[in-house]
Amino acid sequence: MKHTLSVLVENKPGVLNRVVSLFRRRSFNIDSLTVGRTHTPEISRMTIVIDGTEQDADRIEKNLYKLVNVIQVDHLTDKPNVIRDLALIKVAVDNTNRSEVMQLCDIFRAHIVDVGPQSVVIEITGDEDKIESFADLLRPIGILEMVRTGVVAMGRGEHLLTSNGYRPQPGANGNGHKSVI
Amino acid sequence: MKLKGAEIIWECLLREGVNLVFGYPGGAILPTYDAMTKYPQIHHVLTRHEQGATHMADGYARATGKVGVAIATSGPGATNMVTGIATAMLDSSPIVCITGQVASSYIGTDAFQEIDISGVTLPITKHNYLVTDVEDLAYTIREAFHIARTGRPGPVLIDIPKDIQNAETEFVYPDEPIVLPGYRPASAATEAEIERALDLIHAARKPLILAGHGVVMSGAASELMAFVEKAQIPVALTLLGKGGMPEGHPMVLGMMGMHGEAYVNQAIQEADLLLAFGMRFDDRVTGNLATYAPHSRKIHVDIDPSEINKNVRVDLGIVGDLRTVLSQLTPRLRPKQHPEWMAQIREWQDDSFKRDIVNRDAGGKLYAAHVIRDLWEYTGGNATVVTDVGQHQMWEAQYYPHKRPHTLITSGGLGTMGFGLPASIGAKLARPDEEVWAIVGDGGFQMTLAELATAVQEKAAVNIAIINNGYLGMVRQWQEFFYEERYNATPMFSPDFCKLAEAYGIPSRRVTSRDQIKAAVEAARAHNSGPFLIEFVVEKHDIVYPMVPAGADLHNMIRRPLAAPDMV
Repeated sequence: MKHTLSVLVENKPGVLNRVVSLFRRRSFNIDSLTVGRTHTPEISRMTIVIDGTEQDADRIEKNLYKLVNVIQVDHLTDKPNVIRDLALIKVAVDNTNRSEVMQLCDIFRAHIVDVGPQSVVIEITGDEDKIESFADLLRPIGILEMVRTGVVAMGRGEHLLTSNGYRPQPGANGNGHKSVI
Repeated sequence: MKLKGAEIIWECLLREGVNLVFGYPGGAILPTYDAMTKYPQIHHVLTRHEQGATHMADGYARATGKVGVAIATSGPGATNMVTGIATAMLDSSPIVCITGQVASSYIGTDAFQEIDISGVTLPITKHNYLVTDVEDLAYTIREAFHIARTGRPGPVLIDIPKDIQNAETEFVYPDEPIVLPGYRPASAATEAEIERALDLIHAARKPLILAGHGVVMSGAASELMAFVEKAQIPVALTLLGKGGMPEGHPMVLGMMGMHGEAYVNQAIQEADLLLAFGMRFDDRVTGNLATYAPHSRKIHVDIDPSEINKNVRVDLGIVGDLRTVLSQLTPRLRPKQHPEWMAQIREWQDDSFKRDIVNRDAGGKLYAAHVIRDLWEYTGGNATVVTDVGQHQMWEAQYYPHKRPHTLITSGGLGTMGFGLPASIGAKLARPDEEVWAIVGDGGFQMTLAELATAVQEKAAVNIAIINNGYLGMVRQWQEFFYEERYNATPMFSPDFCKLAEAYGIPSRRVTSRDQIKAAVEAARAHNSGPFLIEFVVEKHDIVYPMVPAGADLHNMIRRPLAAPDMV
């Protein structure tokens, strides 16, 4: 099963390397990893999707907390969330199928961001399933290139992953530790 | 006050209470060595290899509980530290390694003696740094010591380019509290955890404590004693847990695991409650996880949350400093006895006692077990013993009971051959009043014997006991059991160790029979102006019994035969 983790880290050189190195060392498989700045300049946010069991996800969460530069980890999978991936897809088109492609874009609320004589570039945002189904429909028409950003995620509504700049106290829930099983 | 980066390094070391460092100079660290003369309060030990420096810093740390410091230059100097850093990592030993790096403008150009040591050591340090601005230097060093010694301790490396060592800045020691947003080690258990733990303890009929390195590291020896005396629960020790409770105490059973006592492993398998205190269920103590301690509830107390449920699923995990958690638990314990359980354990113990080689006549032969047992007797069981890795290490663990924390120093997690001699020098220099013995095999000793010269130069009065069986004995033992006695690459030529000692100006003895042990040990103990070497020429084909084959069930041990006419 896929698990999505949001991770707040210090915005310092080498932090991405530390996180990726941890996954390699502990033999955890990364499905997708994205990183970018947040509204707070000293904090970056990663979204990591892994394929594994609930136990794997727990182990990853605890091991992430062992990294000095990791501030907070939020296991979003079982919480109400918004998960988005963005893809650019270059599709081979000619006069016979250009309108078919445009109709598909309408249905999926995708945008054509570049038009050439023999191809179009489509931008689509959505969860992974939506992008997969869209790509499946385009495949018979002819996909020339495809690139995806990887997943970004956020909890819905009241569920906030904020950092007052500190990792929460351990023993509460600040280190992935659940005492009584 | 304007200071150069190199001077800031020493200023910061002084403020961390460092008075002893181990190192080896070279091009990229030269500015730091040049500044050393201004700081005579810190003694620098010149090692013969950077690996030796890290093991000495590790030995220093394990003997004192303080942070050990090792210094090396860039490139090969830094890569030579890798084994020592990994050794400290696997045994959670607090050391700080300072390496010189090529000047910032050369970084990334494959300059002479350039290596990305922070990249190389990323997976084997608790944390590491590449300093890019002299303004950050003092704070970084302070942070490094803080991280090395707090929480679950471990090695921290600071890589400092040459131009940063030469750069000048206004030095103000940052004595405000350290702010690390992502680093807050756990301290105490929650009330709910304490209540649940007490319920499990009070309900248990066959409880057993598994005491590990955490007892020693958190300084919880007296707290553990108080807990045990009140709860009357027997204690099994891991290799690194030895010294956490005095062996010889009626509730202390002995070592568990692959070469632990059979009755201890039996008790683990039969217990209805395991209290794992500062240990991590390593494969060398659990054997086959599928059949491990099947009848027991388990409470795991550890400072590192990622250890809970890593190898063994537990019923209650408590993340905290063991000393604090034990102080929370003990006052609320109901005193209790477990007479039937203790009687059962004593019965198993009796059987082991009959098989034990130290209770048999040697028949004129020299067995390593007898050497270690006699050494224990003639040192009053009071020495600090530093071992290498292999058969002699296990015999030490079996036949040298320790009374105090920090008196057995051994590479447990990484199993680093070559650790013994340099670590013993670090331990002796750290605690000159302690009687320090290095017990090493002929194999491991030859990996780092260059440090004999360091011991002589520093007048480190380490007593070196080489258990020489002419083989890489532990590997030979596996070949005998599991590879049909094909002794490939294990028979080993060694130099004349006594002549080697003589070349270094070290007095020595060779012991070939049991009746020579006492005089040799006494000669070593009487010699306090420098190292002393004893070569024990022991039985070549002896085996460490009992043994759980790797991955086998903990209760299925290969035992020493009950009445073997020839014990080889």
